[in-house]
Amino acid sequence: MPKLIVDGKEIEVPAEYTLLQACEAAGAEVPRFCFHERLSIAGNCRMCLVELVGSPKPVASCAWAVRDCRPGPNGEPPVVNTKTPMVKKAREGVMEFLLINHPLDCPICDQGGECDLQDQAMAYGMDKSRFVENKRAVEDKYIGPLVKTIMTRCIHCTRCIRFVAEVAGAPELGAIGRGEDMEITTYLEHAMSSELQGNVIDLCPVGALTSRPYAFQARPWELIKTESIDVMDAVGSNIRVDTRGREVQRILPRTNEAVNEEWISDKTRFIWDGLRTQRLDRPYVRDGGRLRPASWTEAFAAIAARVKQAGGAKTGAVVGDLASVEEVFALRDLMERLGSPHIDCRQDGAKLDPALGRAGYLFNATIAGIDEADGLLIIGSNPRKEAPILNARIRKRWLAGGLKIGLVGEQADLTYDYEHLGAGPESLAKLGERWPAKLEKQIWLVGQGALARPDGAAVLSTVAQAAVAAGAVKDAWNGFSILHTAAARAGALDVGAVPGKGGLDVAGMLEPGKLDVLFLLGADEIDVPDGAFVVYIGTHGDRGAHRADVILPGAVYTEKSGIYVNTEGRPQLANRAAFPPGDAREDWAILRALSDVLGAKLPYDSLAMLRRAVQEKHPHLALIDRIEPASPAAIEKLAQLGGKPDKAPFRLPIRDFYLTNPIARASAMMAECSALASGKLAVAAE
Amino acid sequence: MAVRRLAPPEQQPKDFAFTADNLAWAKQQIEKYPPDRQASAVIPLLWRAQEQHGGWLPEPAIRYVADMLGMAHIRVLEVATFYTMFQLELVGKYLVQVCGTTPCMLRGAEEIKKVCERRIGHPHHVTDDGKFSWMEVECLGACVNAPMVQINADYYEDLTPESFEKVLDAFASGKAPKPGPQVDRQFSAPVGGLTTLTDPSIYATAPHSGGPALRDTEAKKPGAAANIREAGVPKPPVADSSDPKRKK
Repeated sequence: MPKLIVDGKEIEVPAEYTLLQACEAAGAEVPRFCFHERLSIAGNCRMCLVELVGSPKPVASCAWAVRDCRPGPNGEPPVVNTKTPMVKKAREGVMEFLLINHPLDCPICDQGGECDLQDQAMAYGMDKSRFVENKRAVEDKYIGPLVKTIMTRCIHCTRCIRFVAEVAGAPELGAIGRGEDMEITTYLEHAMSSELQGNVIDLCPVGALTSRPYAFQARPWELIKTESIDVMDAVGSNIRVDTRGREVQRILPRTNEAVNEEWISDKTRFIWDGLRTQRLDRPYVRDGGRLRPASWTEAFAAIAARVKQAGGAKTGAVVGDLASVEEVFALRDLMERLGSPHIDCRQDGAKLDPALGRAGYLFNATIAGIDEADGLLIIGSNPRKEAPILNARIRKRWLAGGLKIGLVGEQADLTYDYEHLGAGPESLAKLGERWPAKLEKQIWLVGQGALARPDGAAVLSTVAQAAVAAGAVKDAWNGFSILHTAAARAGALDVGAVPGKGGLDVAGMLEPGKLDVLFLLGADEIDVPDGAFVVYIGTHGDRGAHRADVILPGAVYTEKSGIYVNTEGRPQLANRAAFPPGDAREDWAILRALSDVLGAKLPYDSLAMLRRAVQEKHPHLALIDRIEPASPAAIEKLAQLGGKPDKAPFRLPIRDFYLTNPIARASAMMAECSALASGKLAVAAE
Repeated sequence: MAVRRLAPPEQQPKDFAFTADNLAWAKQQIEKYPPDRQASAVIPLLWRAQEQHGGWLPEPAIRYVADMLGMAHIRVLEVATFYTMFQLELVGKYLVQVCGTTPCMLRGAEEIKKVCERRIGHPHHVTDDGKFSWMEVECLGACVNAPMVQINADYYEDLTPESFEKVLDAFASGKAPKPGPQVDRQFSAPVGGLTTLTDPSIYATAPHSGGPALRDTEAKKPGAAANIREAGVPKPPVADSSDPKRKK
């Protein structure tokens, strides 16, 4: 590796590093606007100028490779200075030019307080302006309901253009005009369609692209920041929840290279208005066909009477898609104590069985493993809708070249090219020469579209057989990967929230007359027929609450601490950022209180005790942020199950990306996005 | 240079498609480039679209070219708005581009512009009969014949307000005036005949003594090659002519 002297300090860095990266490695801070580690290099802001000894002019360090530096006359390493007066003067000159056309509207700018330009102007800005001519003014552009534009503030770094073209794979932003008339826009100001577009807000170093829903809501310094985990999909994106008082004001990504890098999907980012609307803030009891507000005692008494009548054998529970591991564990415990084997966490009816081992229901290749893969076979899934962040990872790998991608199932625009290998299970047997077995590290990505069907178990077994035969499952590499759509699913399967001996699954529980009492833990994706007495523990007035006979108001993911296991099997800890509204309580506490009334008292008095109980029984859930590799033996067992899948083609599980859970359905933002995406709203209301 | 905008929607045609000839030509252009590099043909195609559509580029043509080349619409819009030779708004049948850069300005371009203002109107305005519009442009590279204008594809040079009006009159009456200098002058040769190299003896002592080698008048005539705009088939560069793959 070549040597380099940065500010008098000798360092050794890879030759493909840029000078900027080398300076950072040496501990020197280099200001920048256009450069971003995850985007291509543009080199147009000129803020990162450094002095390269021997070069007559300062060089843009982001666009200058270490291998392009020439050694000294006697072979000395190249010398780079980042703190000399020459560098400071050069950067001050660049900053002066940038500020010429930048408005002085920081007091009314949403970026104020977290603005790169503001921060760097503190270091390199002049205290007065020498510019007496008119400033440039640019018309604001409509680029969608999520991103607000104030284009006069734009400094033309082109990060947004590069992001949507490279990472999001929807090249909709561009720069029209030239020189000082250059303007960032979409084609004729159509709304952007990418489900990752919100990230341009974070990327924009100035206040040109800001969050439209968050506009004028709060200042960054008055927000309380809580690190948490997203539950909109099963990726488990790392997020930061910003609250003021008791209200969530915005959600931002946190960097986690192994999961979401530094992106989050729009659903994750803009869901927060749904956390306030349609909330259940007090218990309800159905009286003469109508729900009426009630006290907790009343509600518990009503439940206790019905459960006593029904007995364990006629009582069941369905776990929803947003539940944390602790409450699922507590619910399962409660059902066991009531003597009921009827519990299921697979609302969509996916035929996943945790009894065979964890490898049978996890994304074994891991999300970071996508970077190493050389083959990807997508079966019954549209990752772009089911896990946009994971899809961006696939696109990144695809752009790097040498990734063969095949698809079995419904075709869709995935932002990368793939070979369509068939529509249904029968094409799995015929993959043969169309899917080369020579690939070293294949990923077989199995979506819920392939499993959530009556013959799902047979499909899963067929896929497992084919995957083993194709060499996707080896000692060092397990490419058999299930992509979940529900954040709660992997964790619920981990704690065994599936029917016990003689227990009914979701479809069985929903058959009229089978059960007398049904607990729904935030389960809103199913239709419960008349007959059973339904207890809904949840947060939003959604489908489950409408059907309920008793409603117990719970807490959403930002209002409770809990473990969520993502589709890779990585347990992550979500933290409480706000408190539930009104009389609503954390779900585990509701279950604990209810258990007392039902005469089946759960043995934990605090969340810490509950968590300890969970982790004692399932030690891998104590390894927060780490993946306990699952034994591939489970896949062999799956393959041996056999069964004959029928011929129906795979259908995708997600039809409307923006409306997949009760929080999203309560969000006005998501409703607008959904209407825009489905073409119901031709032009947004501007 | 001001911010360039697409023409307002009411001026835009409903759709755009190349004529059969232009389509064949466009396909030929695209074939010049390797697979997946078709986007390289975007400027020739846009230019041809502009020629086909009366000298300006409508919005449907931008989409049409983008779809033809498999590019995102915004990418082609970027190109069309970047290059000022693409006219995004309606122009007259005769588009007068007046050079206003220093040499022309010193030689009276201001007067030429006043004629345009008077006869056509303010810049970018199209006359009611649709015949004329004008604009000021940067240097067109004919400084020795300043002041000058470009009308459609031709240069009209060494103008005075009077001679420029005559040129405009000719266009207005449907005639095509002679391009080039509007004074007694050949191309950029000295006005009123040669001032140097006039001694006939220097031609008489030429090594091949069969008479004068080449008269100035003949030497300045454009050769046949200069008028050929399109070579039908792209020729390989000399260095590559030995490449066996190309010898088909």
